[in-house]
Amino acid sequence: MNYKMMGRFIGRILMVEAVFMVPAMLISLWEKEFGAVRAFMWSLGIIAAVSGLLMFLCRGSRNRFFAKEGMACVGLSWFFMSLLGCLPFYISGVIPDFVDAFFEIVSGFTTTGASILPAVEGLPKGILYWRSFSHWLGGMGVLVFLLAISSMGGRENGFTMHLLRAESPGPNVGKLVPKMKKTARILYLLYILITVLDVIFLMFGDMNLFEAVCTAFGTVGTGGFGIRNDSMASFSPYIQNVCTVFMILCGVNFSCFYLLLIKEFKSVFRDEELRLYLGLIVGSVVLITWNLGNFYSSLGETVRHAAFQVATIITTTGFATTDYELWPGFSKAILLGLMIIGASAGSTGGGFKCSRVLLVLKSLRRSVRKIVHPQKVQAVRLNGHPVDEKVLQNTNAYLAAYGTAVLASFLLISVDGFSITTNLSAVLACFNNIGPGFEMVGPTCNYGAYSTFSKLVLIMDMLAGRLEIFPILILFSRTTWRHR
Amino acid sequence: MKIIIAGDGKMGAALTRKLSAEGDDLTLIDSNSDVLESSEERYDVMVVQGNCASMHILQQAGVKEADLLIAMTGADEVNLLCCMTAHGLNGNIHTIARVCNPEYTDQAYAMRDMFALSMAVNPERQAAVEIERLLKYPGFLKRDTFTKGRVEIVELRIDEKSKLCNVALNDMYRIVKCKILVCAVLRGGKAVAPGGNFVLREGDRIFVTASTDTLAMLLKNLGVITHKVKRVMLCGGGRVSYYLAKLLENSGIGVQIIERNPERCVQLTAMLPKASVIQGDASNQILLDQEGISSCDAMATLTGLDELNMILSLYGTSNGVSQVITKLGHIDNANILGNLSLGSVVSPKELCCNTIVQYVRAMKNQTGAALTVHTIADGQAEAMEFLADDTTKNCGVPLKNLKLKKGVLVVCISNGVKMEIPNGDSSFRSGDTVYVVTNREKGICQLNDIFE
Repeated sequence: MNYKMMGRFIGRILMVEAVFMVPAMLISLWEKEFGAVRAFMWSLGIIAAVSGLLMFLCRGSRNRFFAKEGMACVGLSWFFMSLLGCLPFYISGVIPDFVDAFFEIVSGFTTTGASILPAVEGLPKGILYWRSFSHWLGGMGVLVFLLAISSMGGRENGFTMHLLRAESPGPNVGKLVPKMKKTARILYLLYILITVLDVIFLMFGDMNLFEAVCTAFGTVGTGGFGIRNDSMASFSPYIQNVCTVFMILCGVNFSCFYLLLIKEFKSVFRDEELRLYLGLIVGSVVLITWNLGNFYSSLGETVRHAAFQVATIITTTGFATTDYELWPGFSKAILLGLMIIGASAGSTGGGFKCSRVLLVLKSLRRSVRKIVHPQKVQAVRLNGHPVDEKVLQNTNAYLAAYGTAVLASFLLISVDGFSITTNLSAVLACFNNIGPGFEMVGPTCNYGAYSTFSKLVLIMDMLAGRLEIFPILILFSRTTWRHR
Repeated sequence: MKIIIAGDGKMGAALTRKLSAEGDDLTLIDSNSDVLESSEERYDVMVVQGNCASMHILQQAGVKEADLLIAMTGADEVNLLCCMTAHGLNGNIHTIARVCNPEYTDQAYAMRDMFALSMAVNPERQAAVEIERLLKYPGFLKRDTFTKGRVEIVELRIDEKSKLCNVALNDMYRIVKCKILVCAVLRGGKAVAPGGNFVLREGDRIFVTASTDTLAMLLKNLGVITHKVKRVMLCGGGRVSYYLAKLLENSGIGVQIIERNPERCVQLTAMLPKASVIQGDASNQILLDQEGISSCDAMATLTGLDELNMILSLYGTSNGVSQVITKLGHIDNANILGNLSLGSVVSPKELCCNTIVQYVRAMKNQTGAALTVHTIADGQAEAMEFLADDTTKNCGVPLKNLKLKKGVLVVCISNGVKMEIPNGDSSFRSGDTVYVVTNREKGICQLNDIFE
């Protein structure tokens, strides 16, 4: 293992984090929340010190990096970033318990949006901003940001591919343009563009700048931290509709936007994953609207709520405009299904990803055909191209890892004695980075009731879900740390 | 600059390594997804899997926005078709094709116009030319000649019998009695830029700038015995062998080729009337003894297997062949070979890469680009030739007053009539040719880049 290089990387990431914490501090200063300002200054000092120490100790590292280092590096960066990112919450006394604070920031960075705070409206503005901003940074990924702003390594810097693969979701991550730096820049520029558009649209709906920015962070990062106690319910229908549209946009693979920009319309419309994703949204909205019947006073309201809830769950955002806990069983079952499927690969959303669903179903169909025609040679195709067997194998391995992790966490947190629905939905909501689940962790409740141990389990779930299991799993493998 | 490299084999990978260090946007095309994956994980490049001559794949690789296409697959015909197709899709694209079939070499120029190629490269022929040049001056491990052929950088090994062993560079002139400059020393696998007090030790490999006229005097004064090469043994009858034998035949040197494959032997005899072709396995030492290896003036090991070439060269040296030349096709990093007595090492892909890098640099800045680029000291340093013009800064300023970047050395200045090995008082003028050696990884693309 190239420990020095990993240390330098983590040091750089922490430096990025420190820089991004400054605006939050300034907001607190502007609002004269001096307790929060002090907390931010302390946190900044600690983060800068740790980062400086790491960079100092790890100076002069060799620039060779392999897949396992890349993965381990991403896993560790996220862990340390969260560990230090929760300091403002803890020091300011907003969240007095450290594990709770850690839970809150992990939930932020992983764009989960699961909160342990019962009420958020009275909190200092700076703290609220930092909480929402963590979604934005975690949505596209902090390593991708680092790749966009700095040049890595010397002659042989293809290892950055390992970092992109480890941090960007999806079974088959590739570059948009030959240079990694340019790819990362394009992704972030698209991301910033969408965020700014979202803020503008929200401000037309009578939100003030602060509310609009925080809500936009939660929406485009598909996170789900709100700035009101009832999430989005008390905002106007216009704002809710704007959120629905932007959530759905951010659940789309960002390379589709790039292809649209370079006028490759054909390949966008032929993208099977995009079709499945949009098809699932439309189908679910229609079915839920039909199932809800006269639940709301008008058809328009029903469609609006159905669309918002479907969008928020499939993109794994986790806002709420209504308490879907009160909906009939069939609608809830659809939502539970969407929770697992999640958004598209290469988006800011979480979940199992539509493209993986496609691959798993297609290889299942192949296996069934193989029983009928044992000698038949057949390829699994996606967008008309045969999929590499390696990708299929990885997808199946991911499915197994996903199932095992969900089951294990479910067993572990069941010790706390809540109902099966609560526990299962809590694990699924954390693992798929959604936020609210059903019953005790439903849209109107929060995760404060769980024990410290269960919270730690859920923290690991959130990290594993965001980074797609393997970067976290590799940290616990003995062979990773053994010297070669 | 946007460059597409078609074919990610031995040549393609070496090119990727060089060009990605130059900072170009590279897209690789190959039909084998495994080699592509390993390239993608090693260098910052994009990869496309498929047939590089197909329009669809070329479009996917972004041929419309590309500035240069380099077709480096093993098949000449595919390379040519690939370049033609690319040219059809994008009229402004520059194309370089690897054409290595001997049957096409005579028509290389005609083909360049017919297929709208910017350049055709032939690594094997280039290697043969290089070996022939080495054979002309036995004693040097490597010779790098600059455009006008008057300035060379030659490589010498210091062994215990050498007159230069344990001599400081300041005292060197006393021995060699001609104007030369030691521009780099390779010691223990590391390239060092030596100062005047630097003392040469046994096992050092030194890189010397000298004018071509002084080479013979240099060898004489160093006590290196040079007699004209009259008989050369070539192990392996591949393409390099063929090109080399053809060149040697023309200059009246006797050639003996040992080739294992009987059919190839027949072909070679048909193509090379004067050479004596022996069918047999070169790894069989009795055969080598039988064919009189110890009475050869020179030996070149040119089989397709690097390890066999190395062993054969060692055997040749131990049998007292005065000049041994080893061809290495795969090994990137010759410094792992350490002090094995392999004689001169020639790498066709390295030679070819240098030519292409030179072309790419020239494309990037039409004025002021290096006229020639040579890699020396196992790839750790580069020697470049520049033409100073009116835009060049510091013309006429003595070198001792100039602030050059670290790791940059001006090794020669030539004004077309006479060449000068510079000292602190020398200066260059507009119109002069300036030769520079640098061990910097990148950053020197034109002459003005050498100044701080």
